[in-house]
Amino acid sequence: MKKRLSNHQVFVGVATTFALALLSYPAAAADVAFSGADTAWILTSTALVLFMTLPGLALFYGGLVRANNVLSVLMHCFAIACLASILWLIGGYALAFGDGGGAQAWIGGAEKWFLLGIGPDVLSGSIPEILFVMFQMTFAIITPALIVGAYVERIKFSAVMLFSGLWLILVYAPVCHWVWGGGWLSDLGVMDFAGGIVVHVTAGSSALLLAKVLGGRRGFPKDLRPPHNPGMTMIGAAMLWVGWFGFNAGSALAADGSASMAMLVTHISAATASITWAFLEWRRFGKSSLVGIVTGMVAGLATITPASGFVGPLGALFIGFAAGVLCHFCVEWVKQKIHIDDSLDVFAVHGVGGALGTLLTAFFAAASLGGMGLAEGTSMGSQFVTQLIGVVAVLVWSVVISFVIIKVVSAIVGLRVEDEEEIEGLDLIAHGERGYDL
Amino acid sequence: MKMIVAVIKPHRLDQVRDALTAIGVHGLTVSEVRGYGRQGGHTEIYRGAEYQVNFVPKLKLEVAVSNDLSERVVEAIRDAANNDQIGDGKIFVADLEQIMRIRTGETNDEAL
Repeated sequence: MKKRLSNHQVFVGVATTFALALLSYPAAAADVAFSGADTAWILTSTALVLFMTLPGLALFYGGLVRANNVLSVLMHCFAIACLASILWLIGGYALAFGDGGGAQAWIGGAEKWFLLGIGPDVLSGSIPEILFVMFQMTFAIITPALIVGAYVERIKFSAVMLFSGLWLILVYAPVCHWVWGGGWLSDLGVMDFAGGIVVHVTAGSSALLLAKVLGGRRGFPKDLRPPHNPGMTMIGAAMLWVGWFGFNAGSALAADGSASMAMLVTHISAATASITWAFLEWRRFGKSSLVGIVTGMVAGLATITPASGFVGPLGALFIGFAAGVLCHFCVEWVKQKIHIDDSLDVFAVHGVGGALGTLLTAFFAAASLGGMGLAEGTSMGSQFVTQLIGVVAVLVWSVVISFVIIKVVSAIVGLRVEDEEEIEGLDLIAHGERGYDL
Repeated sequence: MKMIVAVIKPHRLDQVRDALTAIGVHGLTVSEVRGYGRQGGHTEIYRGAEYQVNFVPKLKLEVAVSNDLSERVVEAIRDAANNDQIGDGKIFVADLEQIMRIRTGETNDEAL
């Protein structure tokens, strides 16, 4: 996040052992005094980010499935939120943000298991570390929940739980450590303000793989039922938009100008991508749809995420536009060209958006393009290479480890429900409830 | 007595009700139904993918009337529901054997 990165930038020219020691978290900010203002904003942001999953993402996804699967999608998001919270307490935070000792470049985990030693007086920067734990927990909740969109309407509930738990520990926690916890990508200088790589590339690429291995929904691609409740999807999307202010502006970890700028660029990118998507639909199909415009919104938000604390308003305008165009066409590319039923387009929107934003950060962070400036001695070209290394490394890690996890889950509980059960719908089959009296 | 069943476009309901009230029909049952006829279905596009919607939402009206009112009711429904477009619906007329008002036990024309 910003704090560590700006420290990196400040100290990068002072190549002394002392400065390098300061790079490791949380010692880097040890001399910053407690700030009530910062703490108040991060408390607020934490609530906003949880609100993104519960109920924002759940409703967003819930409206897009058949009427007899709506509860299963809400259930997936809710259950993942609970599971991820407990795992984060037990070891997720320690692996991501605890000091890793000799293995620090790769993984944390030498301390802070069960959050031991993190009392209310321990600071992380200018806020209590326990608040930082909680703020990060809400990121650990939404990231595996994003993957829900890839496997709706056909997966076993047990597979959802087992996959999400293993994925959080084996994919998310290490990558989070690499980028934000003082790992090798952070040392390399990768810029990811709020999770373009950590959240969206990990979730998007794993989602694509899982959808491929799981196979498409019955009737994919020709004979599917349309989204059962676009209105519900819009309500969820609007909650995501608002919650994203906590996600991006909260990632400044301070109540300051950086947070304010992050909020503005987040908003502009969402608006621009939405209208771009709607315009493309109008030109191509004759009508702008509600489902389309809110999908554009998510694309714009995912794409601005890594860039949010680094770029200015004009950068946000361009990033939002690029997100609207690229993600729009990627949705069709995934389903119609490579024939993978990533059902709710997690890869095309989050994976592609997160990667695009991460790469564009190299340019729009530059002061000459209205950004907050690149680190001293860094050019757009060299930063682009750094960003590209970050994206590719995390993409490969996510896909490889996810593949192993999927095989394990498949062997233990199986992945897919029976054909008959899929027709009947997961609400009744997996949860014994129905969303509507039909 | 006749049982008149009409399938119409949902947005025409109020006009049909007004027309029937005007000629002295005092009762009407409406249900939301889905079906297809010559209109067939239609295509919806979500995120660039086409979905075929084979069953179109309609309203089904059921009116029981006396024999002498039957033709006027059919005409009234037709006039009120007509858009001059495919998909405007159909009217079915069938003989009705018996009617009873549950509260009083009155039967047939008295029960209308």
